[in-house]
This record gives sequence, structure tokens and C-alpha cells, in this order.
Amino acid sequence: MSRVQNVLVGTVRSALGWVPAQWLPGGTPDPLIGRRGEVGRQAARLDGDVKVQGQARFSAEVPLENLCYAALVHGTITRGRITRLDTAKAEAAEGVLLVVTHRNMPRVSGPSLIAITDPTAVGNSSLPILQDDKVHYNGQVVAAVVAETQEQADHAASLIEIDYAAEPAETRFEEAKSGARIIPSLLIERNHLSLGKAERELTRAPHKVDNLYRTQWQNHNAIELHALTVAWGGETLTVHDTTQMIASEAATLAKMFGLKREDVRVLSPFVGGGFGGKGFWDHQVVAVAAARMVGRPLRLQLTREGVYRIVGGRSATEQRVALGADNEGRFTALIHNGYSVMPPYGACPEAYTLGTRSAYRAKSFEILQRHIDMAVVPNTFMRAPGEAIGTFALESAVDELAHELAMDPIELRLRNLPEKHPITGAPFSQHAAAKSWADGAAHFGWERRSATPGARRKGEWRIGMGCGSGSFPYVRMPGAAVRLTIRRDGTATLACSAQEMGMGTSTVLAQQVADRLGVPLDAVVIETGDSDLPAAPMAGGSGQSVSIAGALLAASEKLPAELLRLAGNDSPLAGLRAGEIRLGQEGMASAADPSRHETFRSILARANRDEVSVSATGTPPLEMMKFAMHSTAAMFCELRVSDVTGEIRVDRLLGSFDCGTILNPRTAASQFRGGMIMGLGLALTEETWLDERSGRIMNPTLADYHIPAHLDVPDIEVMWTGIPDPRSPLGARGIGEIGITGVAAAVANAVFNATGKRVRDLPITLDKLL
Amino acid sequence: MAITINGTPVDPPADPRVSLLDLMRDRLHLTGTKVGCNQGACGACTVLIDGQRVLSCLTLAVQAEGRTVTTIEGLGADGLHPLQQAFLEHDGFQCGYCTPGQICAASAMLEEVAAGMPSYVTRDLAAPARLTREEVRERMSGNLCRCGAHNGIIDAIMAVAEEQAA
Amino acid sequence: MTPVQYRRADSASDAIRLAGTAGHRLLGGGTNLVDLMRKGVERPDTLVDVTGLPGAIEEAADGSIVIGAGARNSAIAAHPLIRSRYPMLSRAILAGASAQIRNMATAGGNLLQRTRCVYFADAAGSRCNKRAPGSGCDAIGGFTRYHAILGASPACIATHPSDMAVALAALDARVHVAGADGARALPLTDFHRLPGDRPDLETELAPGEVIVAIELPPSRLAPRSDYRKVRDRASYAFALVSVAAGLVIEDGRISEARIALGGVAHKPWRAWRAEAALQGEAPNEAAFVAAAEAELAGAEPRPGNMFKVTLAKRTLAAVLSGLCEDQA
Repeated sequence: MSRVQNVLVGTVRSALGWVPAQWLPGGTPDPLIGRRGEVGRQAARLDGDVKVQGQARFSAEVPLENLCYAALVHGTITRGRITRLDTAKAEAAEGVLLVVTHRNMPRVSGPSLIAITDPTAVGNSSLPILQDDKVHYNGQVVAAVVAETQEQADHAASLIEIDYAAEPAETRFEEAKSGARIIPSLLIERNHLSLGKAERELTRAPHKVDNLYRTQWQNHNAIELHALTVAWGGETLTVHDTTQMIASEAATLAKMFGLKREDVRVLSPFVGGGFGGKGFWDHQVVAVAAARMVGRPLRLQLTREGVYRIVGGRSATEQRVALGADNEGRFTALIHNGYSVMPPYGACPEAYTLGTRSAYRAKSFEILQRHIDMAVVPNTFMRAPGEAIGTFALESAVDELAHELAMDPIELRLRNLPEKHPITGAPFSQHAAAKSWADGAAHFGWERRSATPGARRKGEWRIGMGCGSGSFPYVRMPGAAVRLTIRRDGTATLACSAQEMGMGTSTVLAQQVADRLGVPLDAVVIETGDSDLPAAPMAGGSGQSVSIAGALLAASEKLPAELLRLAGNDSPLAGLRAGEIRLGQEGMASAADPSRHETFRSILARANRDEVSVSATGTPPLEMMKFAMHSTAAMFCELRVSDVTGEIRVDRLLGSFDCGTILNPRTAASQFRGGMIMGLGLALTEETWLDERSGRIMNPTLADYHIPAHLDVPDIEVMWTGIPDPRSPLGARGIGEIGITGVAAAVANAVFNATGKRVRDLPITLDKLL
Repeated sequence: MAITINGTPVDPPADPRVSLLDLMRDRLHLTGTKVGCNQGACGACTVLIDGQRVLSCLTLAVQAEGRTVTTIEGLGADGLHPLQQAFLEHDGFQCGYCTPGQICAASAMLEEVAAGMPSYVTRDLAAPARLTREEVRERMSGNLCRCGAHNGIIDAIMAVAEEQAA
Repeated sequence: MTPVQYRRADSASDAIRLAGTAGHRLLGGGTNLVDLMRKGVERPDTLVDVTGLPGAIEEAADGSIVIGAGARNSAIAAHPLIRSRYPMLSRAILAGASAQIRNMATAGGNLLQRTRCVYFADAAGSRCNKRAPGSGCDAIGGFTRYHAILGASPACIATHPSDMAVALAALDARVHVAGADGARALPLTDFHRLPGDRPDLETELAPGEVIVAIELPPSRLAPRSDYRKVRDRASYAFALVSVAAGLVIEDGRISEARIALGGVAHKPWRAWRAEAALQGEAPNEAAFVAAAEAELAGAEPRPGNMFKVTLAKRTLAAVLSGLCEDQA
């Protein structure tokens, strides 16, 4: 996130602007695009049977001999030092094997902070972990207890006596704003962006809106608790963890504990929900260290409270969005700036303005984010970081402007859709936002909306409709590696350290392998979830599937040469060069003469080989630099607001997506819906209560932090354009995060349509409507 | 007296603090029942005791002495239970972590409806319970899902309910 | 959780004997107590399991219904006598928690459950006069969305979280208790205390006394009664405000009004003032609004729960209107 990075990214972009598209990855569209095969079918989840039977083994469920259990102690002051730490009672308690504090914790340096320049860097916090007597935020780990049973460990943890000397700390958002800093870049984008004179254009504009929007602290709240089961074997380490970053966690643990990378194995076949929260935090380090100290396999499962205390969530924000428009509704000024929290020891900016940069044309832009420091657990990425809440502010503002212009809000959006990237001028790789709006509006019955707020009611309920745009960028991560193995029994195995959090990773990979090689789906074996396998990227940025797709494409391009070598002169393929080969029909053939074909089985049998294996890494994702690659969504909501209580009931929700090729309609629809439901939570119920007097989170429970329950969730319709992106593997763009974007605005705009009340603070709880 | 878990008698733990959930997960390696909060707030640990759905995280194992416990492992002991099959068909899960609790809760919920038990959204408390989507949603609201498989879960339960009614 | 002994009470007298011992706590469904033990708020040395005690729901000779303290919440809600004669109580119970928790929770335990104040629950990090009398109250000045607007004190602004007890308060239920010195019964409205300067004392139960049964006197409210719960999530959440109300209308006038509010006070809040205001009035919107105004006139909200005054008034008036809508 440095100025140097801005220069580098800018240079690469401008250089690529001159390079012909066909020289780049994705320059020649993936031949699988548009081909009817397994991709695009509703393949059943490969892990379905084990999940519905409770047989999928999660990280806290690995049975090990002689296992012991750990519990953490969380600090209760905001900032300061430990002045007295008495562990005697805990040490004397029944079953206790070890108490870990900063006094006896092995010296370990902190993990490298998450950085786009280093895919192995996974740290969410640069603070030392049990290395000294300092406390930096309320809830920080200050000790750990290891005992024979979990009950004994939990009880002993409560016996540790600690006195603190408190120091002043900033815990109030409003007060901290005055010390805000400006970092040069947000992920790979420049932070400050100024095009034309936006403030002046705003002043001159005949139609304008200019308002502040606020969003609250949130937590991921995957239902599975963070947990790891650790086993040391001399200088080798095996960690069963629930993580979105298997390969980089292994690399990080090796570095921190002075081990060879190949001596660390992280296993994570199933993750019980992640959403950005299953990253690398203090608990993994404490558990690995404690297991070594106690000399036994050890399990540490955080309590639900513990997850809130030491795993950060989404930062609160205050955002200003101002829009100026001419009489036809064309934007003349687009201003989006504001504040979010990122402590100096954190690494994750909440980039709520990123989506704004590609959403609309405007004569002028002024975009800048400020970061404030607060003494809190460092915030991290949570499903669609940035866009989830940035679209709330922007798309509420667009709705407000449409009302001011007395124009249909969809029409206003269509008038301002960009034909190329509005800031960089880069061409879109594929962009059909207008179609998703049209399709969604028709299906939803948008024409039944009354333009006059408060016009529809039934009994005590006022009824309204609203809409909002969602967006998320295409991300293909560099360095994704796979190993592809073809066996004489006709099976094909794809191996990489991919993560399965419920997206359907292995299912969709199997479909891809089947199509790439032309083998039946049931002949495909997928191996994932293990750091001993070739390194997949982390599950993040909605980029896992396309990143691995890119690596698989590279592997399948290497395969013909390997097989030709084995095929020999008796093969119908004899004499062909790798470039003349096409894979398919359980083997390969001459591209020019498909009758010259031989099966993998036959080639391997003749060569008397059991298998052939190729490893490959995806090409650098330069297409992201050359093209503007963004998915978009049109979100529609119909809801009721009680005139009596202000309660909101969402009756209908529809998402119309433009996300490239949909690889598996079944799992994709579930991901879209899942994102949209989290969007409902963001809009209506979810808030982490950070007590600004103490910096302490006061609702660290699933009873008091309200994620949507079944009765909050209506039937949700999803649809998509399905138009392939010619620049991406399979024509696909990621879909894991876009579902949450645009939803909060659609809900807030529907509330306005129902009641005439504009709520600019999330969540829209009933008190805001009384 | 033993606790009968999925037909197998099990000794209650010596330490009364041990929850039924931890007895099963940590001592018996019956890990199909999940722990989502240990606060009685998510429903992931739902099991059936004497046929009734309860939270195993707030049930001390010693309280289950002499009683019969059925978990997800016991529910589908003879091949897939119809609900398990329906969850597969309707994609009623993603990560799979809340799933055993959802399925156990759903199986007891269908029994409750068959026995005529009302819910908060039942309009007429005197009439026999009727299973609408709204009824299923209310009755299943004690089982949280974070991946957002709600629609598929309700679809799956409705499908089984309709099958049973047919 | 601190180490604990476990015993089962085989009889009421057994329970009474064990309940009187210091450090002993009665264990019902455990839905609240086990959670609080895990949070370090409750630290009993012995748990006395009383779930084996009678939980029958029976009609007495005078037409009252007697619910044994061990009755599970779900059994009460589903019982034909309760559904037909006290539908408000069924609805209140069904509005609470989840089906799983209702299957576990007992009638006695429901009355004795403790506040869901998040500062009370934070044994490690917050001050609370309930947990440690005299230590201070961190809820005041903190998050007060779920806190009291009626009957609170400078020492405590917590609310009682029960739905069931709100309906019981409106229904003139009586709580039968027994102790070493014998048995007695008291109105549910007198069973819970306001916090005053001793918020740690939550009920009138004397040390060693146990709840034996809850008695519901015959009621004429059934045809016009309801329980409405307003909360932050459509289901599975505690009340911001709830209203239990029943009316008897004779000759176009309100001859009987029974109203209680939940989520607003340290105890189920019987709305005596609103009832008095309605007595003899014609059942119309103006009378309902006036009654709601009368009840909430004494409200003392906090910065974080000002809205609850309006919410309580509106919900109460709307419920009363609803009772007069569907039938003449």
C-alpha cells in the first residue's frame, strides 16, 4: 500500500494499454467458453453426502491420542500494561498442564501483514502475541491454559488473576476522526482520485444530493467456531485448522516457528463458513506454541465470545456521497469520501469507494478515504469488503437523486452507465449491467412500484419497492498452482490446496477437469484442503475458482507434450506436435484430424505407465490490468414497514447478476442467495456493539448479534445474464461476494418508498422508523 | 444409569460440568453434532432427547441419564433419512456446519406439527396445525445458518412434509 | 465453569431441603443457568436437578388451572386447556426463544431466569450491581436498547426477559411456593421485585423456598386477548417491547382490562394505570391511546432507549384496537 506500488501499478497498466489483447492471458478466449459440457450443469455437491450425515470432519473433530485442551484468557482493559499476573491458582487447578503467559511464551516474531505483493503474508495484526506485558485493545489474548479436559482448561483460565495499569486510548470514532490519516493506496488502487473539479461542479449542478451515510461494526459469525488441533512430531508440525488460507498459513507458521516449509502441514478439508473471518489470528500462534511447550497434541477452540474478542470484523464507516446532475440526470459530479477504522497495527483498509470508481460515468470525480486509529481488535476483510457498504452509500444517493429529479431510479442508472472504465478509460472485458437491470425489472414487476413514497399500504403495513446496484471486481490471483494426474484406470486427479467453505469448490473444479480433459465427471478426483498439495491461492476476493481455473488451463496445456512423449510411434498421434493436439473424449486428438485420437488409458497402457502428472501455475493475471473487469448486479426488494412498531418484513428479494459464465447454477444460486441474506443482515439487524467508553465489544454472542433467522428470510430469486467474459478462464468471474453488495441500498430505498423516511444509518432498526 | 445415544448405552461423565455436546464430541468422537456458540443461541447442537429437539450445549450430560439421545448419526442410521436426501436435492446447505442441527430440528419439528402443536405464527390456536412456509420458517428459526441456505432448507422440509402428507 | 456437584431432587421436600443450603442452585432446563455458569456469572457448588418434580397441568375444582413448576414451556403452550382458555399465554410462550429451548425450559425456571443485560453477562469486563452489589452499573451510559424504561433505579436498569411471565402477570396468575416453614402463594405481579438499591434480590422467594406451581384463575379474557412481541429480528430474539392484553366488553363498555408489558422493566410490568383508565370506557382508539399514555407517563428512558416509550405506547394501543376488530 505504498506510493511505490501506485507507480508500479500505474506503469504496468499504461504499458499494457498498448499491448494487443491477444498477447495477454485471456487474449484468446478460453476454448471451453460456450462449449456445452459439465461446466454450466447442476452437478451435485461432491461433499453433500458427508455433510448431511454429519460425517464431514472439521478441524476441532480430529481424534488424536493423548489430546489436551487449551483456553484463552482475554484482557479486560483497553490499553495499558499488566502490573500483576498471578497464575498460581490456575496452575494448581485440577488437570492443568500448562499456563502460557508473556513470561514463558517462546519468542516469536509477528506474522507478515497481509499485502498484495506477498501471497504468503497472512497477518491481520502486527502486534506481538504474548511477547510482553502490553495490552493494545480490549479483549486481547493475555494468557492461555492447557489442561486434560476443556472443562478444566476453561475453569483454570478464570482463576488467573491480573491487575493492569490503564493508559489513555482512543475508542471513540467521532473523536478519532481528527487524527485520520491518508494511505496512498487501497489494495491495488490509488486512494485519492480527482478528475475535474467535482466540488465546483457540485455547486453548479441544477440537481444534487449531498449526504452522510453510516455503517456499523460487524462480525463474520461463521457458525463454526475458530478451532485448531495441533500435533508436533519433533521438528515437524501438523495443524488441522479451519482456514481460508491453507498454503500461506503453512508458510507463515514455518517462518514464525523456524521450521522448514515442507515440515509444516496445514490440513483444512472443510471450513464451516469463513466470509473473510477464517484468517490468521493470535490463536493459531498460541496453540502451536503451547502444543510444543506441553509436548502433546493440543486443541484450541475459541469460545464464541473469544471469536469476537480476537478476530476482527468489518469496520464502521462514515461516508459522504454527493452527486450532481444536469437536467437530463447525467452526473456532473461524483464525490465519495469518508472515514473507516484501521489501527496502525492492522492491514485491511475497508475500501468502500472502490466500487464507486467503475459504477458510473461522471464529468468529475473526487474520491478519498481516510483511516482512523482506534484501540480495537484490528478490523479485517468481511464478505465484499468495501463494496458491501460502499454500495449502500452510493446507491442510496442515486435513489435520493432520482427522487429529486422525479425520475425512475433505474432510468437514472441506465443514463449514467459507463461504456468503458470511467476513470482509467480501460475497456470493459464484458459488461452487461443494462441487461441485468432490464431482466431483473421485468421479472420483479418493477412497473408496479409507485413513484410516490407511502402510497401503498395494507392494514398497518406500508409497502415499498426499492432497488440498488451491486458490484465486485474480477480477481485472479497470481501464483495459483495445481497438479493434474491422469491414471491408467481412466481417472484424472486435480490436486491443490484449495479451500472448501461451502462454495462448492471441489464440485466446480471437477466439472472443469471433466471438460478440459473430456473425461466423465465420475472419473475426476479432486484433492484439496492440504498444504502438502500445490499451493492454491487463499479463498478470498471471490477469486479462488477462476484462479485455479487459470492454473488448470495452464496444466492442460502442458499435458499434450507429456503424453506425446509417452505415446511413441505406434500411436495414431505419432508425429504430431503438442501445439497440434486437442484434448477430449478421454484422450487427445489431432486438432486438424479428430479421427487421429487415442485415449489416455491406451497411451499409458502402451507406455506401461500407471500415471502421468503435470504441475503448472497460472499465468500472471495481466488481463486485470489491461481490461476493466467487473461483475455487476441489480438488486430488487419489496418490503413492509409497520406503521405501529417500525418493524420491517422483507417479502421479496431478487438479484439479477452479470458475472460471466455461471459454472454450476445450483451452487452459484446458493452463493448468490447467501450473499443477499447477509446483505439483509447488514441492512436490518447486524451490529457489533463496541462500547466506546471501553473499546469493549458488548454483544459477543449469537443471541445479541442478530444474524437473520429463518423467519427473516423470504424466498429469494436469482437470475443472471450468463454472458461469458472473453478475457477470463471459462468466461467466469467470481461470485462469492457480489451477492451482499447493493442489497442494503435496495432495502433502504424500499423503506423510503414505503414510508417516505430516508434512513442513512445502518442497520435500519425499527427505532429509526418510529 | 446409562445414556442411550443412537441405541448405544454410554456412561455419564464423572464431571457433571460436561455438557451432552462435549460428551459426544470430545469423549465419544460423535462429531456430527456441532458447536456453534455454546450459548444456546444458534441451534447447531440440536439433538433429540426422547424424541424432542433440545440444545445439547445447554444440557448437562448427567441430566440425560436414563434417556434416549438421537443425533444426526442416529437419524440416518439406515441409509439417508428423507430429510437428508431432501437437503441434498434442494441444496439446503453450503458449508455444512449448521446442517446436522437443521436436520435434527426439522425431523422433530415435523413430529410436533403432526401432534398439532401450534407456533407463534399460527393464527388459530384451536385449529389443527397447518404447515405453510411461514410456519416452517418460524418453527426453524432456532437454527441459524450463516451461509444463507435458508431457502433450500425450507424447500427441503416442505418437500418431505408434502411427501409424508401424500 | 467452576467445578460443581450434581444431585437430583426426588421430591418437593427433597428440593426444599437442598435449596436451603448455601451454594446450592436448582437446575431446571438449564437454558439460562448453564449458560451463566459458563460465563462465570453463576458459580454454584451444587446443582439440584428439579426436572423430575411434577410438571402436570391440571384443572382444579374451582376451575383454576394449576401448572406444576416442572412443566416444560412447550408443553404448557401446546396444552389444550391453555390454548382454549388462556391463548394469550400460549402465544407468549411461543414468542419466546426457540422450539428447542422451550422443550427444555421449565415453568419455574422461566420465572427465575435472570436478565439478559449484556453488562450483567460480562463477568470479566463489566461492573454490575446485580453480580456484585455496590460495584456500579456499566449499563448506565452504555448500550441500553434492551433496558428498562419503567421502575428502574440508579443501581440497575435491567429488564426481565421472560415472555411467559408477562402473560402470567396479565392473567392474575399466582405463584405457589414452599419452604421449610410451609407453603404460600403470592400474585405473580408481586413475585418479582423492582431493583431499588438491591438489584441482586430479584424475587420475593425466601432462601430455601422453591416454586411448586403456577395457578391460573378462571378468566373471561380468552376471546379478546393477545400477546404481541416487538423485537429486532422476526424470531428468536428478546423483546424490545411486548404487550399481553385482554379485554372483556359488556354493553359497549370495557368491564375488564388486563394488561402487562414486557421488555420495559425489571419485572413483568402490570399496566395498572392503563387498566384503570380503560375501566368503563367505550372501546375506541382514543381510549386506548389515553390508556397507553397513562401507563407510560412515568417512563424514564435512557439515551439509548427513548424510542421504547413511543414503541410501548403504540404497540399497546394497537393491540387493544386489534382485540376489538375481529368480533363485535
